[in-house]
Amino acid sequence: MGEPRVLRIATGAGYSGDRIEPAADLAQRGRLDYLVFECLAERTISDAQLRRRADPCGGYDPFLEARITAVLDACRRNGTRIISNMGAANAPAAAQRVRQIAAAMGHTDLCVAIVIGDDVLDICRQQDVALDNGLTVGALGERVISANAYIGAGPIAAALAQGADIVLTGRVSDPALFLAPLVHEFGWDMTDWDLLGKGVLIGHLLECAGQLCGGYFADPGYKDVPGMARLGFPLAEVTADGLAEFSKLADTGGRIDSATVKEQVLYEIHDPARYLQPDVVADFSKVTVLETGPDRVRVTGASGTARTGMLKVSVAYHDGFIGEGQISYAGPGAVERGRLALEILRERLVALDALQDARFDLIGLDALHGAGLSRGALPYEVRVRVTARAPSADIAARVGHEVEALYTNGPAGGGGAVKTVRPGVALASALLHESQASARVVMLEGVSA
Amino acid sequence: MMLREIAHARSGDKGNTANISVIAYRPEDYPLLVADVTAERVAEHFRGIALGPVLRYEIPSLGALNFVLSDALAGGVVSSLALDAHGKSLGSAILSMEIAGPRVTEGGDR
Repeated sequence: MGEPRVLRIATGAGYSGDRIEPAADLAQRGRLDYLVFECLAERTISDAQLRRRADPCGGYDPFLEARITAVLDACRRNGTRIISNMGAANAPAAAQRVRQIAAAMGHTDLCVAIVIGDDVLDICRQQDVALDNGLTVGALGERVISANAYIGAGPIAAALAQGADIVLTGRVSDPALFLAPLVHEFGWDMTDWDLLGKGVLIGHLLECAGQLCGGYFADPGYKDVPGMARLGFPLAEVTADGLAEFSKLADTGGRIDSATVKEQVLYEIHDPARYLQPDVVADFSKVTVLETGPDRVRVTGASGTARTGMLKVSVAYHDGFIGEGQISYAGPGAVERGRLALEILRERLVALDALQDARFDLIGLDALHGAGLSRGALPYEVRVRVTARAPSADIAARVGHEVEALYTNGPAGGGGAVKTVRPGVALASALLHESQASARVVMLEGVSA
Repeated sequence: MMLREIAHARSGDKGNTANISVIAYRPEDYPLLVADVTAERVAEHFRGIALGPVLRYEIPSLGALNFVLSDALAGGVVSSLALDAHGKSLGSAILSMEIAGPRVTEGGDR
């Protein structure tokens, strides 16, 4: 008997704007079976839908070209398959772009698969689906931008079974991007809740990339992280029983140990015993973390129970415009002058009764947590920040105009004014039965030069 | 003693709900977290920020607590007007909580 088969899966991105160098390094030196790029945040897909409306060939991840170009040669050389939700709102267009890039790089035998079916806007409109904020899709009418369901691992695993070298998806659950290759390679049954729960934990730990390796962890003097400028991304070695060891490449910065892993186990989790996923209800409540070497950690104890059958749907809709202005005050009396500026702005903006809601903050004093936690510590400088929602772009623009006008109409010594206006987008959630979102796989074989 | 001396924390967001994990650096300090960092005290610490109920989950195998603060993100990351719309800074804020130091009872057992 040889050693048990070990699958090597790494993360190439934890969000769309993530750094690309660690992914290129993993593609070259990681001896990877799979490289997974997780690039869709809650807001990202509605932005992508708006881009697709403006351009039928757009709407996929803006860094798709840069990422694929950076890793494709190494992945082809090393037999590494790529999985990503960089398809965003337009996986077919993303796949065509990848095929063009591959052809230009001389990889004419590439098999690209797309997973479609997460766009459930038509179904939500037909059924006038209820949202968690009390509204319905129908009541929002033309304000609705998009409705995307969080698809599970099944279709991605099916694409891998059909021979895909690269799988591009739109909205899928983030852990499913990592669970799918485990299901495919190890033949896990999609009703083996224990294994699926273990796979979800592996995906959950990997999905934020650098965060497992000490990114978003450092607190000098308490939690020191070496070499952060060269922070590496994580790599999991997984066996068929769902046991996983996590590490990063030698000569990369960061740290991966029980402390960094524990923070990630609980990141964005509510009830640890019931982490709702499209494939399984995962149970992380008995997870243990064991350090097995320098920058090497074994994680055990995850399990799961039967999935609910309901898919979370994320619905985005237009919600007015947001205007913002900022200006700074420094030196003796900075806080008092900043407060005076806020009083003036409040009075001037109240006259615009079309403002729907507004915030008046002093950055450096109480902008993040209000007056309660800042305990009145006096800073040398503060930054006035006013932001408000308005029904039109013109009214929203008045917020920044009034802040800028403090230069000649406000307290002494204000500097560095900036102003912005942006369209407001709101998000709400709904639930749809899994039978109503029929995800499917489209294979695009070969690449025409 | 400040909570920061014995624990680290990280916050995350889902919609308008924030979660904050609080993790003991040393397993032996976990009972102190369980005793002192109650849901009620966390709700009080974040008064005016967490506008809904605060739930606490215990995860002894990690030496960690997980707090779920509903209605704590001014509407959620997409629509919030807050400077820190994700509530990412809440994890640092919880570490300023004052807790009792390690307890020494007669007989020397903690």
